[in-house]
Amino acid sequence: MQTLTPAAAAIELREIEKSFGTVHAVRGVSLRIEKATITGIVGENGAGKSTLMSILYGLYRADAGEIRVDGRPVGMASPREAIGHGIGMVHQHFMLVDTFTVLENLVLGAEGGPLLAGGIAAARTELARLAREFGLSVDPDARIADLSVGEQQRVEILKVLFRGAQILILDEPSAVLTPQETDRLFGILASLRERGVTVVLITHKLREIVAVTDHVCVMRQGRVVAERRTADTNVEELAELMVGRKVRLDLDKAPPRLGEVLLHAEHLTLVDGRGVRRLDDVGFELRAGEIVGIAGVSGNGQSELLQVLSGIRAPDGGRLTVCGRVIDADHPGDPAEMRVLGLAHVPEDRLRQGMVAAFEASETSILGYQDGAPFTNYYLLDGPAVGAHCTGLMERFDVRPRSPTLRSSQFSGGNQQKLVLAREISRQPRVLLVGQPTRGVDIGAIEFIRRELVKARDAGCAVLVVSVELDEVLSLADRILVMFDGRVVGEVGSGQTDERALGLLMAGAAAA
Amino acid sequence: MDEALTYVLLMLASTLRVATPLVLCAMGGLFAEKGGIVDIGLEGKMLMAAFFAAATAAVTGSAWVGVAVAILAAVALAVLHGFACITYRGNQVVSGVAINILAAGLTVVLGTAWFARGGQTPPLTGSERLPPLFLPNAGDNVLVYAALLSVPITWWIIGRTRFGLRLRAVGEVPIAVDAAGISVAWLRYRAMLLCGLFTGLAGAYLSIGQNAGFSRDMTAGQGFIALAAIIFGKWRPLPAFGACLIFGLLDATAIRLQGVKVPGLGEVPVQLIQAMPYLLAVFLLAGFIGRAVAPKASGVPYVKEH
Repeated sequence: MQTLTPAAAAIELREIEKSFGTVHAVRGVSLRIEKATITGIVGENGAGKSTLMSILYGLYRADAGEIRVDGRPVGMASPREAIGHGIGMVHQHFMLVDTFTVLENLVLGAEGGPLLAGGIAAARTELARLAREFGLSVDPDARIADLSVGEQQRVEILKVLFRGAQILILDEPSAVLTPQETDRLFGILASLRERGVTVVLITHKLREIVAVTDHVCVMRQGRVVAERRTADTNVEELAELMVGRKVRLDLDKAPPRLGEVLLHAEHLTLVDGRGVRRLDDVGFELRAGEIVGIAGVSGNGQSELLQVLSGIRAPDGGRLTVCGRVIDADHPGDPAEMRVLGLAHVPEDRLRQGMVAAFEASETSILGYQDGAPFTNYYLLDGPAVGAHCTGLMERFDVRPRSPTLRSSQFSGGNQQKLVLAREISRQPRVLLVGQPTRGVDIGAIEFIRRELVKARDAGCAVLVVSVELDEVLSLADRILVMFDGRVVGEVGSGQTDERALGLLMAGAAAA
Repeated sequence: MDEALTYVLLMLASTLRVATPLVLCAMGGLFAEKGGIVDIGLEGKMLMAAFFAAATAAVTGSAWVGVAVAILAAVALAVLHGFACITYRGNQVVSGVAINILAAGLTVVLGTAWFARGGQTPPLTGSERLPPLFLPNAGDNVLVYAALLSVPITWWIIGRTRFGLRLRAVGEVPIAVDAAGISVAWLRYRAMLLCGLFTGLAGAYLSIGQNAGFSRDMTAGQGFIALAAIIFGKWRPLPAFGACLIFGLLDATAIRLQGVKVPGLGEVPVQLIQAMPYLLAVFLLAGFIGRAVAPKASGVPYVKEH
């Protein structure tokens, strides 16, 4: 790298093309990735970055184009071939067998012989060496199900290194990590680079790109639209390149004008079937005209909290007051009643809870509000009224394509989310619960959705936002509650904190 | 004293004889289930194998050729199941049920066409049956020992070999196996081949070992009992073997109690004891064995994402 001649290329892609049916996912992409560097590939959902990497890893076969590894053209027909060329991939959804130990996962596919004993013993030695060399320590005999998400990711990286990979592709590696775990991951990536490993990082988190990469490549609509040295660029420029226009992710919002308390949770407790406390003594107030954000690593009780607040599940202990109605274990509410009270809910899992995927968009647009006027008269749905309602929502929330008869599942994630949000906001609720408002939503729609939430707040709605994206909570919320292990472990005003402080709370550092 | 000992030994021998097809069938089913293929069709494979074993033995006069053809018949059905569920990603339960119905019908049709005895094969004698190995009159033919051996062999293959590791992985997270560059379909087909091998042995045992010929529906639900044994054993070979023995013991008791008068109760209704395995199955499955955790990908066809 110190030489002045162009550094050797670990990978060269030339004129790669790939279509799925009528979708032209990758259009003539050429890309050169230098040895022993960290290269970031950024782009919106559907920009083609994951497809491109899947082609490189042999999961898909390119329709046209050439792949060169270390200067030699290679066919890349299967992951096995990719592994043979020293390419390894850490997928966004881990490819680990939960019931296996770390060692068993490590050797799967590289057992070293028909019997396991020898391979496992050799893997144990190799694992110890990798742990020393890269600071990647994991208990070799622990079961995957017992490991934290960060540790599981380390196992994935170890799997790749164990196979002798010199080129490591990571797909959205920080999506499931706390900021501290993310820092640790970046430390590991840097030490891999030191030892000559080439790293390719696919992400939509621009801040991370800037923090850790040497080069960055921006994709949009299947094309590479820009390549930059990371040192020569910044988050704003990258965001603009990704979307193709100027984007403002930081929100301008007026200070909140607080109204009455509309939702009051006191000592809420929820115990699951195995006796584990999913919610443990949760209490807070939500006032008209404010946005409260719930931060936390996913799986720390946020989903359960939303279920209790929206009436899907009754609390086992404690009390919830929503717009004057008291709900406790003996007086459970239900989602229909909550809607009548003026509480609307945009669920975290919009595909399964927010809509019926096989329904038409117009049906999705009234789901939950279908009974009675204006959509139903004499037990029959009023088709034209429903259609007109849906068209109206689509206009107002810019849902594309504007086609009320299209099946809900045919819309992109962002448009599905806009449709569900439109349905709930258009009822002018007094309380609005939103789970993961922008999960799987592309950057243009993110901007729009966040603005709509602020608008609802300014109109006097009490908004509760649950999100695993710290950026989002920080920019949207007026107050932030941090959840860890079913409890609210901290409350901070959004102006008085940063990612680092929140991350410590999210990791349970303050509670421990 | 001697009498009691004899009695215990007789019961033990009888239990093993009755449990043999269950054990072989359960081990076969275990390979399929571990690999993520639900196999309701154990019953049908065993029935088909029983028919072909008896029919072949009757025609060729050799029990050994009968065993070989029985294995071929069961493997053919296993591959058919694989074709429907692995290659064409069909519903595994439906395919299994179809195989059971196919076997129940085809054995009778072929039997009637070939032997004209109302679906039965001719009675088998001498070399047409599997001979006892060590103990005269104890019915300890080679397949009884094969069943006993099949348990440690299954345990060893699943727990100690590369194939077993991959098989367990494919039953849990097939996409991880695919990403490791291993063929999901070929692993599952191999599991089905092993399943066919073991169910074939189980069927042959029924018609040319334990009995002297094939009669229609002679498996009488034992394939389902084997499936229940797999679940009781929580998909582990040794506990599944134990469950088979318990079912075998109940069945052996039923045979022994036939016509026996118990003081105060009168004649014990044998049907009650024969119904015990099924009652036990219902009770145990209703939650008395704790949570039985099936392989996660069980019953789910593997579809590569695109």
